[in-house]
Amino acid sequence: MEFLGYFGGVFEPVAMMLLLGGTIGGLILGATPGLSPTMAVALLIPFTFHLSATQGLILLGAAYTSTVAGGAVSAILLKIPGAPANIATALDGNEMAKRGEGARALHLSFLASGVGGVIGVLLLIFLTPVLAQWALKFGPSHLFWIAILGVTVIGSLDSKSFVKGLLSGCIGLWLSQIGYDEILGTERFIFTDALTGGIHIIPALIGLFAIPQVLDMISKGRDKSAIDTIEVPQHSFMDSFRELVASTRALSIGTVIGSVIGLIPGVGGQIAGLVAYDQTRKFSSQKEKFGTGHSEGVIAAESANNAMVGPSLVPLLTLSIPGSPTAAVLLGGLLIHGIFPGSDIFDKHPEVVWTFINSMLIGQILMVIFGIYTAVWAAKIARAPMPIMAAGVVVLALFGSYSVQQSMGDVHIMLVLGVGMFVLEKFGFSAAPLVLGLILGPIAGDYFTNGSMIAAAQDGPWAYFFTGGLNMVLIALVVASIAYSFWTNMIVGSPSPSPSPSPSPSPSPSPSPSSPSADDAKAGEAK
Amino acid sequence: MESARLQHLIPAGCVLLLAAAVTYISFTQEPADSFLFPRIISMAFILLAGWNFIRAAAGMAKVGGGISKATAMNILPGLVVMIVFVFWAAKGLGFYVASTLAFMTIYSLYDPVPFSSVRDWIKRIIITGAFMCVIYGLFSMLLQVQTPRGLFF
Repeated sequence: MEFLGYFGGVFEPVAMMLLLGGTIGGLILGATPGLSPTMAVALLIPFTFHLSATQGLILLGAAYTSTVAGGAVSAILLKIPGAPANIATALDGNEMAKRGEGARALHLSFLASGVGGVIGVLLLIFLTPVLAQWALKFGPSHLFWIAILGVTVIGSLDSKSFVKGLLSGCIGLWLSQIGYDEILGTERFIFTDALTGGIHIIPALIGLFAIPQVLDMISKGRDKSAIDTIEVPQHSFMDSFRELVASTRALSIGTVIGSVIGLIPGVGGQIAGLVAYDQTRKFSSQKEKFGTGHSEGVIAAESANNAMVGPSLVPLLTLSIPGSPTAAVLLGGLLIHGIFPGSDIFDKHPEVVWTFINSMLIGQILMVIFGIYTAVWAAKIARAPMPIMAAGVVVLALFGSYSVQQSMGDVHIMLVLGVGMFVLEKFGFSAAPLVLGLILGPIAGDYFTNGSMIAAAQDGPWAYFFTGGLNMVLIALVVASIAYSFWTNMIVGSPSPSPSPSPSPSPSPSPSPSSPSADDAKAGEAK
Repeated sequence: MESARLQHLIPAGCVLLLAAAVTYISFTQEPADSFLFPRIISMAFILLAGWNFIRAAAGMAKVGGGISKATAMNILPGLVVMIVFVFWAAKGLGFYVASTLAFMTIYSLYDPVPFSSVRDWIKRIIITGAFMCVIYGLFSMLLQVQTPRGLFF
């Protein structure tokens, strides 16, 4: 119950303002088609650079939580999932809105998100210290393998092709090695002066997540298609609340599935939403109503995609393995404040970590309140024309990447990485493993060097890195993550080359109400 | 079918070349201790890049739709604006003036409203001005970021 002692930090004026700003801003960004939660959090990171670690994390945590929930607004009212996690919400939510039940769908969506989110954060509170205690037993060789596991898990699961996913991870690991080797004092892969200090995480994150989305937006040219919105008549909030209480089964299935999937590194909210939707339908006595505007579909999907937010931070805070691409960006946010996630994070930075986690708990409640009362407004703001959004994101990306070190070199790196990632994404590569390689590369490299020094004084590197129970378990997990992806890609069948419904500025995502597949889920999660 | 294979072959070839360069540098640079971890990375990198290239050459690379000519043509003007900003205008003209021009140009280039409408040009100018005021408030006033000054501001 240590966390109870750190609630005070959340209610400090600046922290509260950041929490409110992150929540409202996140709801609007989440509701904006084409702006994913990952990109929203990446664009916010430069601002946190100028805040204290606690304040910065409060802002990022609030934005993470509310962008996932805010994506439901456009999924319901515009039939365009604001984020990959909201694809399942669009299946029934939009049908409800078309029938004039948009307000009911929005109420249920935010209430279910709130319940799922609170339970997810409670899991984070109670599981993280336990896992952190266990992780205290890890030495450099184990931590090296854990960092490699982080890259292989995300590379294998968060990509449409496992070869390209792992290749993306390798590119990220290589990029992380560029710059000055501080231990041995030598230069590595420095081709221009701009690379002397290595690749800073923030410009890289902005480039890798924001620029490809801008290029995607403008790839449609001078698109004249307008997005139709639906009128939202008033609906009694208490009626929605009673309906949620009566839908215990959908809420429970969504929350449990979301929490479990959140704990698995690399899987993400989109799969949580789709799996919860599918399982709720299987257990429902009204299967035929799913896809026609059934409230249980919205409740299951939204409770699941927010329930995964808290648990996705458990492996991040204890083992440095992010549970989702957005959690990978959060890892970058932690590192720029000098906070290295790991077994001792609760000993070294208890105030920062507990205040951050508590703020996520309060953030869930704020998200429900503001979500319900501002959803319709958020949808209107989110309809900003594509050219304004694209131009705005470009300028924010330029200023954001420049402001970190006040260096034009960072802006160059941001643009080059962004354009390169756009091209790679078009050929099936994925940004998330590349980012994780970039973030975990220095950690893996340092543990490798430390481990090599210890090994030189003992039985040699082979014995140090490849023997011992825990090493063998971790190596087995690395191999299993690659083998599983190989099996699903090569043996079961290659995923479809055509992408599934994914968040895009296009007005017609047409998510099918039929059984959503894991391949579909993986295709869009890459964003 | 042949063009799709070629589309996959070119990026696969570029990635393979990059992997080869990384491997060459990792194994030829000294001190060896400093390049030990990069050597391990480069081994995995070149193996995977080679496998990816073989799959692309055999026409087995199907993930990713590639970039169509229409997409490339649509992106090109916006990309040119970004490149001009980043590599010349930001320092040549000044960060704020260049950003304002970049915002206005990208907005105008992709705005479906006809260029002949004076009213819409006024709207574009007002939106650009308002957005840049917010950016100035956030970065220069709140975060105290010193931006490069060129000919202008």
